[in-house]
Amino acid sequence: MAPSAPVALRLQGLTKRFGEAVAVDDVSLTLARGEMLALLGENGAGKTTLMNMLFGRYAPDAGRVRVADCEGVLRDLPPGQPQAALAAGVGMVHQHFALAENLTGFENILLGAEPLFALRRGRRAARARLEALMARTGLAAPLDEPAARLGVGERQRIEILKALWCDARILVLDEPTAVLAPQEAEALFMLLRGMARDGLSVIFISHKLPEVLGHADRIAVLRGGRLVGVRAAAEADAASLSALMMGAEPPPAPKAGPGRPGAPALRLVAARVDHAEPRRRLAPCSLTVRRGEIVGVAGVSGSGQAALAALASGLARPDAGSVELFGAQVARFTAAAFVAAGVGRIPEDRHREGVVGAMSAAENLVIERLDAPEVSRGGFLRRGAIAAAAARVLKAHDVRGPGPAAPARLMSGGNIQKLILARVLEAGPRLILANQPTRGLDVGAAAAVSARLIAARDGGAGVLLISEDLDEVLALSDRVVTMHAGRLTEAGAPAELDRGRLGRMMTGDDMGAGMAAGAGAAA
Amino acid sequence: MTDLLAILATESFWAATLRIATPLIFGVMGALLCERAGVLNLGVEGIFVAGAMAGWLAVWLGAGLAGGVLAALAVGALFGALHATLTVPLGLSQHVSGLAVTLLATSAAYFTYRTALPDVTSPPRVEPFRPLRPEWLTDIPFIGPVMGAQTALTWAALALAPLIWLLLNRTALGLAIRAVGDNPDAVDAQGLSVHRLRFGAVVAGSALMGLGGAFLTLSAFDAFFFGMVNGRGWICIALVIFASWRPGKALLGAILFGAFDAFQLRAQTQLGGLAPSQLFLMAPYVLSILALTLASRRADYPRALLKPWFKGQR
Repeated sequence: MAPSAPVALRLQGLTKRFGEAVAVDDVSLTLARGEMLALLGENGAGKTTLMNMLFGRYAPDAGRVRVADCEGVLRDLPPGQPQAALAAGVGMVHQHFALAENLTGFENILLGAEPLFALRRGRRAARARLEALMARTGLAAPLDEPAARLGVGERQRIEILKALWCDARILVLDEPTAVLAPQEAEALFMLLRGMARDGLSVIFISHKLPEVLGHADRIAVLRGGRLVGVRAAAEADAASLSALMMGAEPPPAPKAGPGRPGAPALRLVAARVDHAEPRRRLAPCSLTVRRGEIVGVAGVSGSGQAALAALASGLARPDAGSVELFGAQVARFTAAAFVAAGVGRIPEDRHREGVVGAMSAAENLVIERLDAPEVSRGGFLRRGAIAAAAARVLKAHDVRGPGPAAPARLMSGGNIQKLILARVLEAGPRLILANQPTRGLDVGAAAAVSARLIAARDGGAGVLLISEDLDEVLALSDRVVTMHAGRLTEAGAPAELDRGRLGRMMTGDDMGAGMAAGAGAAA
Repeated sequence: MTDLLAILATESFWAATLRIATPLIFGVMGALLCERAGVLNLGVEGIFVAGAMAGWLAVWLGAGLAGGVLAALAVGALFGALHATLTVPLGLSQHVSGLAVTLLATSAAYFTYRTALPDVTSPPRVEPFRPLRPEWLTDIPFIGPVMGAQTALTWAALALAPLIWLLLNRTALGLAIRAVGDNPDAVDAQGLSVHRLRFGAVVAGSALMGLGGAFLTLSAFDAFFFGMVNGRGWICIALVIFASWRPGKALLGAILFGAFDAFQLRAQTQLGGLAPSQLFLMAPYVLSILALTLASRRADYPRALLKPWFKGQR
């Protein structure tokens, strides 16, 4: 962006404390009109808190927010008032989307934009204006479906439309790509870039270096609540940004030596799962995961990974075919039976399925084996032993947070994931199902989780790794299979794989010469 | 058997059905409004009693029927404000607060009645609402006599259901009320006040409940008795679920319950010897439990119902 572009936003000395902790410490930033600024930082660096002050959800303890009005004159925003931020042209797309699920997309967009007690509303005019806005920006989304039925990408576009509807001149997106498949993320950035060209200023929060380098004009790096550097994207590189973010040289990416595959841990034999939802369906497929190897499943979101994960953790039973665990055919498909057999599960949605938020970290650690002698005796929990074990385990796995006795929901996402991993590993599993183990984690936490998985493999556990992050699959796996429309295809060892071909397998374009010929003959 | 079916064809049966349904319609619309905003209001049973008492007392003291209606609305709103204060800004348990409001409102009504009339043995009567009989109505067969037996309050109750539907589905305020019952964060992010919306909905809904109570003393009967509400409030709570939080279905449910009740009264006189009368009294409740089970299995309840919301909390 040309340095002469008029200023759209100026943050001056913003500070926010939560109790003792300083979440944001004296941050000053300037945003130009039509600029795309990335806010980069690890979990807990203060990115979201900073943006919530801009948007008026939190009142800053010090500093001020100044936003340019229509004539370009900078005006102070009153602190702690979302209404004022909206009126000044600041729109925010939250990480956990703020949509009412019982309202349609259209109603969600209109919510709050109309006077509450007016009887006439001019819905038709609003509809026409909105459709014009959609056509101009290219943000397509179904308007008449209840939000509950929309996919994440569609919800996000509704949120962006909601912000633009209120005439946002500054758009803030909190981790916009955390929930998107790679193609969706790419499409989103294309749209944002187009809107920035028309004068919209964009701030997006991220901790993914490639997307920050690829799509931002400038990058502001936060660490521990302080602004530690602002770089033009053209002059920055991954290594230096990573160093700024982590405060030191980044830990080396976990390097997996070759595994030593042993006896089969999990075998699917022509197993099929039927389900009304395509993403929970599995075509008859066969797969073997041996002890001492990591098998990575690469695939676009919703290709049937959920069905595979459910099958491998006992949450679903196959409608045809069979499942073998450690050489024995499984008869009882319950999560408890699988845990007892030695399967550790890292669920896809760590908040919903991984922990009970209201229970303490210590209780969450033992929740899968309440009958074990070190956990309970005669039906009574051994609170002392549990607390002592929790303190040791949390320390050993570097799980940080408000302590073993505090509710798990108070921990950050990265630490919750480490807690789940600690629970899995402490049980000494022979098979680990790792479903999106590093999704949404910052670089440091992701590296720690990956290293633990490799260590578990080297200790003799089989690992079934399901991930939408292709880089992660290639870095960790001994063998890669791809998944598309509920089908598994053996791809081979990562070293021998060509990314282009892998991508085609993931989207179902690569059917193999024989099948293509057969299809041709049939047609 | 044919005698029983013949009941359904009589005008007096349908007139009674609407009369019995009227307080339920007020109560169920009030409860629905509260719940759509995310607040369960178990105070409805007690607010019925307080509304019945306040409406009657105002008329007895010479305020006129309009004064009685206003008094009932105001007393309902007052107890609604109490419930809203406890559950919205303070975020206390909606169950506990609602039950407390029911106990308090009931006792306060009885206490006021006894204080106002310490020595009376038979409840003093007031001049109640008279049936509205507009000219154009009398000539219509069947509907004429059925509606001709109803007072202004029943007409108002029947009009209330479409009005609540319009409010919820066709106004910006209704949009905000539905949103605040589903995802308060969305409402806050749009710069609207979650607490004001919920408070307003609970107060307005409770005022309607008060009016439902006043129907009993100013239209169905002409005096206040102890125990006259007799569980009608709890039926309203069940009807909201039966109706999946939709005003149209709620109206239907209230009328259906009214029909059960009117039917059992008449069946009792015809089949009186066959079974104890208590079985007939029980029938509407058994049937409403059955209907509830069948209708509400797929109920799509407001997601933020029972969940208090505080600003700036994760």
